[in-house]
Amino acid sequence: MTVGLNEFLAISGLLFAIGFTGVLLRRNTLVIYMCLEIMLSAAILALVGFSRFNNTMDGNIFVFFIITVAAAEVAVGLAIIVALFRHRQTIQVEDLNTLKN
Amino acid sequence: MLDFLFYFLAALTLGSAFMVVASRNAVNAAMFLIVTVAGVAGLFVLLGAYFLAVLQILVYAGAVVVLFLFVIMLLDDGGEAKVKPTAVSIGASLAAFMLLLLGVLSFLGGPELVDTGAAQATETPIGANLQEYGRQLFSVYLLPVQVAGFLLLIAMIGVILISKRHQEEALEE
Repeated sequence: MTVGLNEFLAISGLLFAIGFTGVLLRRNTLVIYMCLEIMLSAAILALVGFSRFNNTMDGNIFVFFIITVAAAEVAVGLAIIVALFRHRQTIQVEDLNTLKN
Repeated sequence: MLDFLFYFLAALTLGSAFMVVASRNAVNAAMFLIVTVAGVAGLFVLLGAYFLAVLQILVYAGAVVVLFLFVIMLLDDGGEAKVKPTAVSIGASLAAFMLLLLGVLSFLGGPELVDTGAAQATETPIGANLQEYGRQLFSVYLLPVQVAGFLLLIAMIGVILISKRHQEEALEE
């Protein structure tokens, strides 16, 4: 395979950029959350790439822990969104402006 | 062949990630998120991290996206399509995208970012060795494994608490 580390890093960076754009652009809390997941995927892709091309195990192990934390984070985050929806009847970020005034 | 596979998976991943951002419907976004995750898992296979590819599919496509779909169905928020992003948020997100793109392009033409002092990539990737995972997780990374387990327990208790406290409030009202 002639594809090197830089190509994988470029894909990772582009994926991160797309996720970041989504977080800034979208108004739905759930879709913002999905874009956060895309950013996490981009970060772990970079870690696995570095791990492969430097022939070390540490990056792979670190990705293992990141996936664990991401699973816990999604569970808590979605529970908070559900509680928020029960309280305010909306999940659009435009309507969640209690701290604004 | 592998090169073709790399570019195919990269295009699939980036395209579906774009569709997650662009699709109006939250359910469609969740479906495209599955494709994105599967594409990343394919890239993991190309990098020789077979275990992480399986884990990625299991945890993300199997658990996380299903959880997302459950919450989308539970909340049933139909007002999504009417809310247009403001000019400020479009401008800010485009500026952020361009800045990150600039960072990517700056190293694409440059030298390989590989530590030349370390051992170079071998024919059989180290990530393919499942035995190595077990040995490292239960020797060097024993404490982090326990902390991760504890974190999952705390998350579970927290989720139960967040959903339960509301029920009590509803009963009082």
